[in-house]
Amino acid sequence: MPVRIQTEDFDVGAEIAALRGGDPAVGAIASFVGLVRDVNAGDRVSEITLEHYPGMTQKAVQEIVEEAKARWDIVDLLVIHRIGTLRPTDQIVLVAVTGAHRGAAFAACEFVMDYLKTRAPFWKKERTPTGSRWVDARSSDDAAAQRWTG
Amino acid sequence: MRAAPAQAGTIDILYFARLKEVLGLGSERMVLPQAMDTAGALRAHLRTRGGTWAVELAADKAVRVAVNQVMASADTRIHPGDEVAFFPPVTGG
Repeated sequence: MPVRIQTEDFDVGAEIAALRGGDPAVGAIASFVGLVRDVNAGDRVSEITLEHYPGMTQKAVQEIVEEAKARWDIVDLLVIHRIGTLRPTDQIVLVAVTGAHRGAAFAACEFVMDYLKTRAPFWKKERTPTGSRWVDARSSDDAAAQRWTG
Repeated sequence: MRAAPAQAGTIDILYFARLKEVLGLGSERMVLPQAMDTAGALRAHLRTRGGTWAVELAADKAVRVAVNQVMASADTRIHPGDEVAFFPPVTGG
């Protein structure tokens, strides 16, 4: 399954090994792992909780994956996104792309991350010493996604 | 004489994240008035509830909408049986 939404952690090495599956046509693997940081907007963060829209998430991420496959000549693509409560240093998201060459793999990986950040229905809430707060969307994320259009 | 068509059509409305918290509501079922045929019209209707609804769904607030679990816009058509979701800009990844 190229898209997984789950509470459990994941093993990056095992996931990439399974994705490439010993295919001799694969000459490049690009991957991105997003992690929980212990600080945001100047405040200490002790944990984050990821909420999502269960009926829509899988479909929305699948659509992003299909678009990446249509745009670039890649072999396969894997997205794992965690939900629930996570702590600093925990893994949040994995995007891994296999292809014949690095150019398409790098680009597809970055595209999927940019679109995940702006089009997939996930929301982060973080706990700080002064209480819990919802994380605001960043205009820099919109700008990053915007460069793939047109 | 023609009988009036049954207007028992309802829609499900969902709210997520900060919006769900401040409105104090995760979902509701509403009879869809015949004239209300877009996501934007529904949002405007919900504003008429006043109070927090008027503030949080105000036109200048960044609120996203999905119709039947696909990202939509104010002019997306809605029909009885649809699932319409309102939520803040997403922050995953």
